[in-house]
Amino acid sequence: MDPLHDSAVAIATAVNRGEMSAADVAETVIPHVARIDAQVDAYLQLTPELMRAQARRVDARIAAGERLPLAGVPVAIKDNMCLDGTRTTAGSKILGNFVAPYTATAVQRLLDAGALPIGKTNLDEFAMGSSGENSAFKKTRNPYDLERVPGGSSAGSAASVGAFAATLSLGSDTGGSIREPAAFCNVVGFKPTYGRVSRYGLIAFASSLDQIGPFARSVEDAALAYDAIAGKDPLDATSIDRAAEPTAANLPRDLRGVRVGIVKEFDTAGLGTSIDTCYRNAYDELAALGAELVEVSLPTAKYGLATYYLIAPAECSSNLARFDGVRYGLRVDGADVGEMYERTRAAGFGPEVKRRILIGTYALSSGYYDAYYLKAQKARTRIAEDFARAFELCDVIASPAASSPAFGFNAKSDPVAMYLMDYYTIPVSLAGLPSLSVPCGAVVPEDGTRAMPMGLQLASPLFTERALLGYAHAYEQATRHADKLRPVTEGAR
Amino acid sequence: MLVMASDRIDIRHVARLARLALSDAEIATFAPQLANLLSFVDELTELDTANVAATAQVVPSRNVERADALRPETLLSHDAALANAPQTQGGYFRVPRILAEDI
Repeated sequence: MDPLHDSAVAIATAVNRGEMSAADVAETVIPHVARIDAQVDAYLQLTPELMRAQARRVDARIAAGERLPLAGVPVAIKDNMCLDGTRTTAGSKILGNFVAPYTATAVQRLLDAGALPIGKTNLDEFAMGSSGENSAFKKTRNPYDLERVPGGSSAGSAASVGAFAATLSLGSDTGGSIREPAAFCNVVGFKPTYGRVSRYGLIAFASSLDQIGPFARSVEDAALAYDAIAGKDPLDATSIDRAAEPTAANLPRDLRGVRVGIVKEFDTAGLGTSIDTCYRNAYDELAALGAELVEVSLPTAKYGLATYYLIAPAECSSNLARFDGVRYGLRVDGADVGEMYERTRAAGFGPEVKRRILIGTYALSSGYYDAYYLKAQKARTRIAEDFARAFELCDVIASPAASSPAFGFNAKSDPVAMYLMDYYTIPVSLAGLPSLSVPCGAVVPEDGTRAMPMGLQLASPLFTERALLGYAHAYEQATRHADKLRPVTEGAR
Repeated sequence: MLVMASDRIDIRHVARLARLALSDAEIATFAPQLANLLSFVDELTELDTANVAATAQVVPSRNVERADALRPETLLSHDAALANAPQTQGGYFRVPRILAEDI
């Protein structure tokens, strides 16, 4: 068993059988991750002592006869999730010295299932961005081309798994922050239905959209992680109170009888010939597996970006009001408390966060609320209704996960150009649907020479995670696109 | 006549509402970017939302109530609750003056 490259399923099986101890997994992984991360910068912080201590606990539980679904599986945690006693920054200077006093539910459930925490991963500040470049601390590189971005906002969570510097990771997705970086880094990224995974201990960005989900190098591994973290949590009132059926067992091998919706308005021809060819090929592959391709229409999906860029900043401006220099985080002194607030927030937040706070504050302010925020909430209703109508004709919708393969650093200086990367993921998020990105091929970018990974987004009706993971598994096992590319990082494989 | 978004948003006023000090350089950068974004979201005016209910959150939800009792698993000790504070005094968070002295 090779804990650096094997699947989570294989590692957990070997550790449960006593073929390898969790302690041996940790000692193999710790130096390897440090070597890879020197090239990729996926991590803001490595936690080798926590990893060793957790490995000892796991080995003791196995010795006592327990069997754990993630026994000894090395995992990375996006640094907007609390892990008791560790620095948790959300990629922001305003939380640069914040030490979490408790552990997020999703993280705790991973640990309870036997996973070993490698460290905390880099992200766009407060999960706001599509490239990772908005981190206040460092630039994470794409493991398939170090001169390109890994995507965002879950930049390090995608890059660590893509670079074989983690077996699984947790990310969070508000408008595409799991699916887009998964596509860029040749991994599976899964955003469950809104509410399936507790947000307790996740630093809030846009509370009606935020959802935690896993990254993995296979759909089966993503399902295993999802099964560990999903379910009602009394500490998150919005978490869903319905049984989450296990998804990882008995995943299907074909798509016979499955109706796959191809969205009329998501014509890929405008994305360029090579991208268009990649997605047409992916749709053909779905058909070859027995799926029936049906055209569906989402006439209001084109309003998704505008809707999102009112709702998400509005919620962000409210959520980020708590960072005021009083109870935690940075403080910059002022003559009175108001000046202290203003200076603290000026020094602590980066430009993208400031832009979103300003837009959100404006959209919620007196005289503009109806025209912007309320209008956007009504548009959200229409977008969700379009999906519901489409699902009368199909079981799952297939589309691009992102508008392009990974781009170079500093390539998107205009904020709106960056926002357009999430054209296909945002309407799905507004509707709250479960959705994932699975590798579907490679494209040589117009400004590059190296083939970069591409992701196929699949989205299905609310609460149909098991079916969705099944479709993705069947596609992945038949096509094996991820295996056709190798990271450029040394020692990756 | 086209009303420019930059004429609609008073960035200094909005920054005050958001308790955010902005430098002149930031105002010069953000003003056209925010104007551009507002023009972009203006396309929503094309979308008919008459008689459409607003969606705050997509998944059906209801009020969640619980007994008014301590939950030991979420209790922070006094020290832990203060551990991240920039300034404390006598077991409290310390902040700069809130009221002017002559009030």
